[in-house]
Amino acid sequence: MAFKKKKSKLSVDALRENGARALLFACAFVSLITLGLVFIFLLGNAIPFFQANDLWAFLTGKVWSPFSDYPLYGVLPLLMGTILVSLVAAIIAIPIGIGCTVYLSEIADPKVKRILKPVIEVLAGVPSVVYGLFAALVLSNWIFDIFHPVARLNALNGALILSVMMIPILVSVAEEAMNSVPGSLREASLALGATKWETIRMVVIPASLPGIVAAVVLSVGRAVGETMAVIMATGSATQFTISILDSVRPITAALAIDVPESVAGSMQYYSLFAVGLLLFVITFSINLLADFVLARYKEAYN
Amino acid sequence: MNRRLKERIIFNLLRGCAIIVVLMLVVILGYVVVNGAGMLSIDLFTQDPAPNRHGAMVNGGILSPIVGTIMLMMLVLIIAIPIGVLGSIFLVEYWGDSKLSRIWWLVINNLAGVPSIVWGLLGVALLVYYLNFGLSLIAAGITLSLLVLPIIMVSTKEAVEAVPSSIYEASVALGATKFQTIIHHILPYSASGILTGTILSLSRAAGETAPLLLTGVAVNASIPDGLFSKFQALPYYIYLMTQTSDRSAAIPMAYAAALVLILIIVGMNLVAIILRNNYRKKYRW
Repeated sequence: MAFKKKKSKLSVDALRENGARALLFACAFVSLITLGLVFIFLLGNAIPFFQANDLWAFLTGKVWSPFSDYPLYGVLPLLMGTILVSLVAAIIAIPIGIGCTVYLSEIADPKVKRILKPVIEVLAGVPSVVYGLFAALVLSNWIFDIFHPVARLNALNGALILSVMMIPILVSVAEEAMNSVPGSLREASLALGATKWETIRMVVIPASLPGIVAAVVLSVGRAVGETMAVIMATGSATQFTISILDSVRPITAALAIDVPESVAGSMQYYSLFAVGLLLFVITFSINLLADFVLARYKEAYN
Repeated sequence: MNRRLKERIIFNLLRGCAIIVVLMLVVILGYVVVNGAGMLSIDLFTQDPAPNRHGAMVNGGILSPIVGTIMLMMLVLIIAIPIGVLGSIFLVEYWGDSKLSRIWWLVINNLAGVPSIVWGLLGVALLVYYLNFGLSLIAAGITLSLLVLPIIMVSTKEAVEAVPSSIYEASVALGATKFQTIIHHILPYSASGILTGTILSLSRAAGETAPLLLTGVAVNASIPDGLFSKFQALPYYIYLMTQTSDRSAAIPMAYAAALVLILIIVGMNLVAIILRNNYRKKYRW
């Protein structure tokens, strides 16, 4: 009797165990599958474009006008817009971001740290449309007063607001890297008579360099993928230009503006998926690169 | 140059960088708060956006954008959070450190960095046209769910892995099954981390705009009467106001909506921070 009871309890346990396992597996499975769909649907909708158009002409064409009577699908103006805006943003954000990180991690006393860290978290949480609003309404006026550009909304405007948006991710990843440098290294350096700055420059920064590099790479990836702030700040003219005072249309802005205009199944629609695929490939490679640098660095420390 | 003097100059430069960062936040939030606060009124929260005589939607309030944003967050809460949290627990606890799970985590990590507009493209292709949902609340809700799924999974993974393995081993040694251990020990101990991650992902969903442009926001939509209607959302309304030609009427409304959106998001972030701090005190190992 006792044996029987024990057995039935066990099987209820086993049933519950297997049921729970199945439920959890289903959730994992769904998440994995849906995440895999992004590849399939991007690629599936880009293929018809590449069947009808030349890949080389797409990558080197200097005119993007999918909706004209004789549509041209040269992606260079969009690519150039993205590169121009992210590059200038990176040039501004990297020194400020790394400087802020060094101050936060090595110099600031705990009181200042308690203020600075939430400030950076809030900066990261502000939605991109609010940054875009600020760029469109305030920043553009400042730039106009200083540089008198022909286009009121231009690449410089986009780059400046992007640099603000890059800093939180840059600082948080780089700070983590600097924090993981063992304190004993700093103490050893200070004990040998180095000043605090010499210790930071010759011990802490070299030791955390891969983490800092990964932080820079990740933040550039964010800049390349940012959409709303860029649409609202850059003026969205599809021209091929290298002047930061011209209006540009980065890849993400082209997608957000043109996809709602296009008819599903048309060549315009497919061309936009080709552009989306290009963007996906660029950002995914950037993320993989950051992953790779970080993995190497963790290996070195273990 | 004197080493000490050089050090002081450099430290001041670094401090300057930190001050610039604080100033950025103060200036941007300052503009929104100062310009938005004056616009707050009962009407703002009780009326839908209405057209003026030129047809620009600059009159009325922002009720339907607020409701739309809340509905989107609810959809993400219902769809993405259970799947993300449970799926992540499965991958960590059952597949552990296997090769397959390592590859999947690499993919998931990288998907967390995929631009939101790419998720929007997936939403259009898969939901709007392939599954025939049309431009709708549900298409946008599922798209946002996919967008935050990797973020939820990564933060859940980190929270679950932070629970020491000795707790797991002790529970199993006392005869508990794997699932009992997960329910009674792993989940409660990692709850704060999971909750923090999910709240942050909800606030992320509230602020996203680009995917909505592709999956179903509409200029003159009011409160949606079903999952398949078009809708309004706060971030889209802000974008709309900057694109309207009637700038003198639109700009104050844009600031007001931005202030409301920021209050929602910063409020949720604060809750996440408080939760994290409280639980940290409760469990220590």
